[in-house]
Amino acid sequence: MITFEQVGVQYADAPAPALSGVELTIPEGELCLLVGPSGSGKSTLLGTVCGLVPHFTGGTLTGRVTVAGRDTRTHRPRDLADVVGTVGQDPAAHFVTDTVEEELAYGMESMGLAPAVMRRRVEEMLDLLGLAELRGRALSSLSGGQRQRVAIGSVLTVHPKVLVLDEPTSALDPGAAEEVLAVLQRLVHDLGTTVLLSEHRLERVVQYADQVLLLTGPGEPPVLGDPAALMARSPVRPPVVELGLLAGWTPLPLTVRDARRRAAPLREQLPPPAPRLPPAPASPAEPVATVSRLVVSRGAVPALRGVELTLLPGQITALMGRNGAGKSTLLGTLVGLHAPASGTVRVDGRTPHKTRPKELIRSVGLVPQDPRDLLYAETVAEECAAADRDAGAAPGTCRDLLATLLPGVADDRHPRDLSEGQRLTLALAVVLTARPPVLLLDEPTRGLDYAAKARLVTVLRDLAARGHAVLLATHDVELAAELAHRTAVLAEGEIVADGPTPEVVLASPTFAPQTAKILPPHLTVPEAAAALAALDQPAAPAAEPPR
Amino acid sequence: MHSRSLPRQLHPGAWWLWSLGLAAAASRTTNPLLLLLILAVAGFVVAARRGDAPWSRSYAAFLRLGLLVLAARMVFAVLLGSPVGGTHVLFTLPQVPLPAWAQGVRLGGAVTLEGVLFALYEGLRLAALLACVGAANALASPSRLLRSLPGALYEAGVAAVVALTFAPNLVADVRRLRAARRLRGRSDRGVRAVLSVGLPVLEGALERSVALAAAMDTRGFGRTAAVPRRVVRTAGALTLLGLLAVCAATYGLLAAGSHPWAPPVLLAGAAAAGAGLVLGGRRSVRTRYRPDPWALPEWLTAASGALVAAALIWYSGRWPGALTPGVVPPTAPTLPLLPALAALLGLLPAFVTPEPPRSTR
Repeated sequence: MITFEQVGVQYADAPAPALSGVELTIPEGELCLLVGPSGSGKSTLLGTVCGLVPHFTGGTLTGRVTVAGRDTRTHRPRDLADVVGTVGQDPAAHFVTDTVEEELAYGMESMGLAPAVMRRRVEEMLDLLGLAELRGRALSSLSGGQRQRVAIGSVLTVHPKVLVLDEPTSALDPGAAEEVLAVLQRLVHDLGTTVLLSEHRLERVVQYADQVLLLTGPGEPPVLGDPAALMARSPVRPPVVELGLLAGWTPLPLTVRDARRRAAPLREQLPPPAPRLPPAPASPAEPVATVSRLVVSRGAVPALRGVELTLLPGQITALMGRNGAGKSTLLGTLVGLHAPASGTVRVDGRTPHKTRPKELIRSVGLVPQDPRDLLYAETVAEECAAADRDAGAAPGTCRDLLATLLPGVADDRHPRDLSEGQRLTLALAVVLTARPPVLLLDEPTRGLDYAAKARLVTVLRDLAARGHAVLLATHDVELAAELAHRTAVLAEGEIVADGPTPEVVLASPTFAPQTAKILPPHLTVPEAAAALAALDQPAAPAAEPPR
Repeated sequence: MHSRSLPRQLHPGAWWLWSLGLAAAASRTTNPLLLLLILAVAGFVVAARRGDAPWSRSYAAFLRLGLLVLAARMVFAVLLGSPVGGTHVLFTLPQVPLPAWAQGVRLGGAVTLEGVLFALYEGLRLAALLACVGAANALASPSRLLRSLPGALYEAGVAAVVALTFAPNLVADVRRLRAARRLRGRSDRGVRAVLSVGLPVLEGALERSVALAAAMDTRGFGRTAAVPRRVVRTAGALTLLGLLAVCAATYGLLAAGSHPWAPPVLLAGAAAAGAGLVLGGRRSVRTRYRPDPWALPEWLTAASGALVAAALIWYSGRWPGALTPGVVPPTAPTLPLLPALAALLGLLPAFVTPEPPRSTR
């Protein structure tokens, strides 16, 4: 279906080629998952299939890519539109019209299909993707998962042979991600569509892949093959694979179900996990932020209704819940972006929405969903200098912080040219310059690969150990399980669960991390690894009484 | 087959013709009673026939804008005086002495009833015009109207639609980035706060445009049928010449003096431009999904708007006094019966058009 013949891509101002020596064939009807760390050329490879590379992005393409017999060098993206459907990470950027039904028909209108055919296909697609209820709705009123399904539907109505998806579930909550992936699987089964997909959150998708395309680094030729075999040598791995490698299971299980069956004997023998790192300075600590009976309205609808929350110094709290549950509003209220309609918010002894920004940043800092919002300057050095001035800190404070958090960020880089992980760290350093005792992060792992995520975990743990209260809103169940002492779940503007992370996540199948599904009381791979190590040396657990 | 009882969207063109008719009628009069009647007619139809999409709320927004315009007009009339003069002094503001070179400009001074009334009527007319545009927006979003353009103009239409969505996105960006300034400990108020986010906002808008262009390209936007080059060139030349002829003829018609050549040139120009568009449309491979039909309700809606406009234009030619009540000396305006009945014709769409479909929530 798709063939690459000695394909290489070199962008004009890049020192090294983004892709080189790609030689492979992707057969028809396969779901092929692109796996690799950030910057390994996944997006570029996807771009060569739909023709955006090089027709739209510039750069030099060597070799030849053919899709359904068409050469992408001579066919522009619009000429490939009837064989390749492309959906990017942000569905909002993809929409041309303003209602669901018109959006589904848009591609077919461009192709010049007969009205009767269009009508039939729109109805079919509404059923296939479960969108029938939403057909007349304005696109701007849809939730994240619904938008992503409409975006996929809008390219499927032209019946493409290939579907190209760049990070389709990264911005979605676990439930919405399941929705989208179920649709993809149905397409592969029922329509025989070839799906090419890249995704950082492998734990969500790897079990659906027929083939894995492993990209180890920029310029290294990618390898196509069996998922189980390739995941074993991949530099990025979901927890289920990590566990499989630890326990030495062959063939490597990729689904939670397989792994659970293999783990049955192990579950009996494994000692229970050591209790979580104690919620820092245990009970006597005074809460550094208190929210009580908080009601916040955004427009006519109440976004938060009667929220109660306290943040303790040294404690990391995860805030979970589906898209639109009010997580960002709660964080915004804690930094005074929204005034409460009723109830109280106290942070470090201040009332956020009545405090001047200059003073407030010494009490509480927020890293927003898109760290770029926080960065204005032309270079990293200027950004740090401005942060020192804003916070009234000694010159060099921010730069030193950045160097400790992430060494090796050059002073003269433009903040927009940094990688996602570097940019997040820079924003974090900027916020920490004022030394706020309360630190808030909104969806920090969006777009981060496993390595960048691991660095973030270390940084945040370290900050908590130094007494910062950390609150992070996230969809990433693995992150919450690994990092948070406490987890609160928000639904429809109310806190529906609040307690120690193990209790909250073990009680819910949606929020449970993979390890917890396979080896129940254990939440993360390191915990399970420690337990396995203890099992190998039976003397150690015997010495310690079971808890 | 397009039964009136079945809910469906009315053709956007019909709504725009209807509201343009009302607007044309409003532009012919300063009678406050008539203007209020036209506002009420537009408001009634909007309330009866708008859908539940976000843009359906634009009538109220435009009405508020109209009130703002009216208020501004009044404030200026009070502060700067009014050209109509008059003898009924309401009150006298302290006058600011201005240097000799600013002669003719007055700040403060006597405020007359005549001046205030004149400003009120003029402002009300502007507000009514704005409300008519708001009604069209609420009943049929402009992007729906642009989508029913002929094939040759389709690409220009899409560009206009994209430009229309640009503004709300820009406002959202400015808001988000101003909020982010607070997070850096800078003030989010004042002109400086808005200016400092200018560059990032423009960067964001540019990035979004590029992303949209890429998405549209991958979805087949701009695919063209193979048409002989000769046809393409002929179509271009015909459209251009036709439009030039129309411009020249319009000038001839509107300028002082008699220009007998103008009407035939206007017709020829319009015909050439039309032929150009039809020929140009052959390049487009595009088809329309569920095009809005143009049936009896559309004819009635457009006709009711046209009738209102025609009646008021005819009436203002015959009896100009009734439509522009005197302000010097001030007289109480009366409601002329015939124009009022004509304005009520604008209510027709509220009864003859099908209900818009309601989306299930």
